[in-house]
Amino acid sequence: MKVIVAVKRVVDYNVKVRVRSDGTGVETANVKMSMNPFDEIAVEEAVRLKEAGIASEIVAVSLGVTACQETLRTALAVGADRAVLVETDVELQPLAVARLLKSVVEREQAQLVLVGKQAIDDDANQTGQMLAALLGWAQATNACKLEIADGSARVTREVDGGLETLNAKLPLVMSTDLRLNTPRYATLPNIMKAKKKQLEMLSPAVLGVDPTPRLRTLDVSEPAGRKAGVMVKSVAELVEKLRNEAKVI
Amino acid sequence: MSEYHAPLKDMRFLVHEVVGLHRINALPAYAEASPDLVDQILEEAARFSNGVLSPLNWVGDRQGSRLGEHGVMTPPGFADAYRQFAESGWNGLTAESEFDGQGLPRLVATPVNEMWHASNMAFTLCPLLTQGAIEALRLCGSDVLQQRFLPKMISGEWTGTMNLTEPQAGSDLAALRTRAVPEGDHFRLHGQKIFITYGDHDYTDNIIHLVLARTPGAPEGVKGISLFVVPKVLVNTDGSLGALNDVRCVSIEHKLGIHGSPTCVMAYGDREGAIAYLVGEENRGLEYMFIMMNAARFAVGLEGVGIAERAYQQALGYARDRVQGTPVGGKPGSRQPILHHPDVRRMLTSMRSRIEGARALAYYTAALMDLAEHEGDEARRRAHQARVDLLIPVVKAWSTEMAVEVASLGVQVHGGMGYVEETGAAQHLRDARITTIYEGTTGIQANDLIGRKFMRDRGAAMRDLGESIDAEMTALGDHAHAEVRVIAGCVRRALGELQRAGQWVLAEGSQQLPQAYAGAWPFLKLTGNVVCGYMLARSAAVAASHLLEGDDDQAFCDAKVKTARFFADHVLNECAGLASTVIEGGASAVALDEEQF
Repeated sequence: MKVIVAVKRVVDYNVKVRVRSDGTGVETANVKMSMNPFDEIAVEEAVRLKEAGIASEIVAVSLGVTACQETLRTALAVGADRAVLVETDVELQPLAVARLLKSVVEREQAQLVLVGKQAIDDDANQTGQMLAALLGWAQATNACKLEIADGSARVTREVDGGLETLNAKLPLVMSTDLRLNTPRYATLPNIMKAKKKQLEMLSPAVLGVDPTPRLRTLDVSEPAGRKAGVMVKSVAELVEKLRNEAKVI
Repeated sequence: MSEYHAPLKDMRFLVHEVVGLHRINALPAYAEASPDLVDQILEEAARFSNGVLSPLNWVGDRQGSRLGEHGVMTPPGFADAYRQFAESGWNGLTAESEFDGQGLPRLVATPVNEMWHASNMAFTLCPLLTQGAIEALRLCGSDVLQQRFLPKMISGEWTGTMNLTEPQAGSDLAALRTRAVPEGDHFRLHGQKIFITYGDHDYTDNIIHLVLARTPGAPEGVKGISLFVVPKVLVNTDGSLGALNDVRCVSIEHKLGIHGSPTCVMAYGDREGAIAYLVGEENRGLEYMFIMMNAARFAVGLEGVGIAERAYQQALGYARDRVQGTPVGGKPGSRQPILHHPDVRRMLTSMRSRIEGARALAYYTAALMDLAEHEGDEARRRAHQARVDLLIPVVKAWSTEMAVEVASLGVQVHGGMGYVEETGAAQHLRDARITTIYEGTTGIQANDLIGRKFMRDRGAAMRDLGESIDAEMTALGDHAHAEVRVIAGCVRRALGELQRAGQWVLAEGSQQLPQAYAGAWPFLKLTGNVVCGYMLARSAAVAASHLLEGDDDQAFCDAKVKTARFFADHVLNECAGLASTVIEGGASAVALDEEQF
């Protein structure tokens, strides 16, 4: 079974994100970039499937600027067999990503697609769902456990009230949640080997997809700062304020 | 306490732009070390140091290693971290491919090792010592010994130790008493060794001790010392483990710092004698040790850089956080984080500039070691090696003395809370304190520099270095950025002071050796100031060119220039005083009679 893992290059989770002065987005120049942490979990899960003899090949796919190659090399160092970069400078929104991924999945004839449940930059949580719909495949989101046997997957997902277990027939798009696994560190020999693994470059045009954004960002701004508090003199005043000013009771 | 974040941007800037990875990558031996691969290695090492080693640093200090009935138990989490470290292949970074190593250059290993030291110095001593033992076996051991021990030491399945010191033989190994008696194809070894780092632990099922000892009838003094391999568990010819050897850890020291690292008293041959195998030839042990001395001293200098960086990060975090007082010139009553106070800024910039100088010097020296080993032209190899030999005592002593000062400033920035253990600032000071002592004290390094590395060749290697500095700084006198011109001028003046001191040492000092040697440390400090200033001027020039070209990372480049300028104003300015101390101060340092003390 061939597995595709989609990985996104995002601002590193340790970086304090700042809004660009012109309000068009967040600052990404000279900022440390890393693989989206949920995608790290997806890569790890794919590698575990391969180690368990379930996956035969892992193809890591990224979409975006040339520098996404670094993110793909990281996936290769952790255990992906080869990589595909759909290179474009265009801002990619979830629907465009899903359409591009669909095209790659069809080229690769994969049976399972693993994606992070969301990327920590825009927190859209849409790509996996859109991809499954476009492919006409089963989908299982927010997975915290995956078992594959006899052409179907048993996926446990985290829902508000607890855990929900689904049975899905392959092919399947699954999005990964935080507790699915703990990603490993890449070993030095594997980092060295990753350099020799194949990294194929594609373009949206080759895949026959127009990635032009359909949504327009009007403005991006910092959250408002916290206002100074006031001391209330009595419980009655507190209740009064909660009722009439905060309007919470 | 705070977690360690590797200063990757600084490291990359140095490796790629200031020291020049391309020169190393161009050597056939290191054709694989391409810039993107190196970046990825640094990236992953940073993750590992931050995620695995750094969180154990505090645990190691609080809980320390303990000696139990079955040997030494390292602090909770250490053994597991070691297993991960070895399984990740980090131990084999520079080892040759015939032993499954990656054969990467020292210029790459140096920032990686710096991350290990900074994130957890007590942990990292074990791989560091193993590295030394590997080097000794690789360079001096027979094929049989190499085949039997090296592969598992390189993979990290076994660790190594270095056993030199005995109670009466510290810096002076001539007084060594441990004896080795031949018996068939091996020796029986008897004696006690002290200060053995990771002499016992619970990481691995075997430990390979390298031990200095005397054979029967060996000459007195340092010419009668031989080097032996003594495995903790005997290794059968098929590679399987056999019986326990007659060696054990009898106690561990209670130390000021590096509590996680067990410092063992080792007893060899309490019963029938520990089975030992001779490395190389008899009576050449000290010479073999000296082959590795450069590497070991370099490694400790780098430890200084690492621990200083850790102390700086900790202090900076506190200074940003701690709100106290109104900064001078600020609005009355407006309370600000202490980072806004000029004296706190001075301390932090002082820490940072000296760390950056020492780091650049270490990386530069690492690249010279790569070139000295692999460049095609024999004469150039020799020239590189001469410069390496000159700089090693500077890397070791300057960087570690700097680390103690920086870690002390780190405590100072914390104020009273720095003196309280719970902030973690004090641990760095306690940990740093050993670095000026082991692998040759600062005094030994200073003597090495002024005697063996300077007077012996009548200042030739130093002159050569001075010419390089002068040529480069003269060229920077035409740099388009005004600050770079100022900094380069300061470096040239400081170099002039070093030359003034050097001339006195060669002309007068060699006639009055006690006075000259009493000025050995100021001479080394002066040398360190100049070469670190040289490195910082070089990096300021690169950064300033980026600024002028309008590169987008203005803040980073601007900071490089400002940091170098601080070094020029605050550290290079000391050089005139240091030169005078070398020239005039030696006499008063040895003036008091023994009775007058």
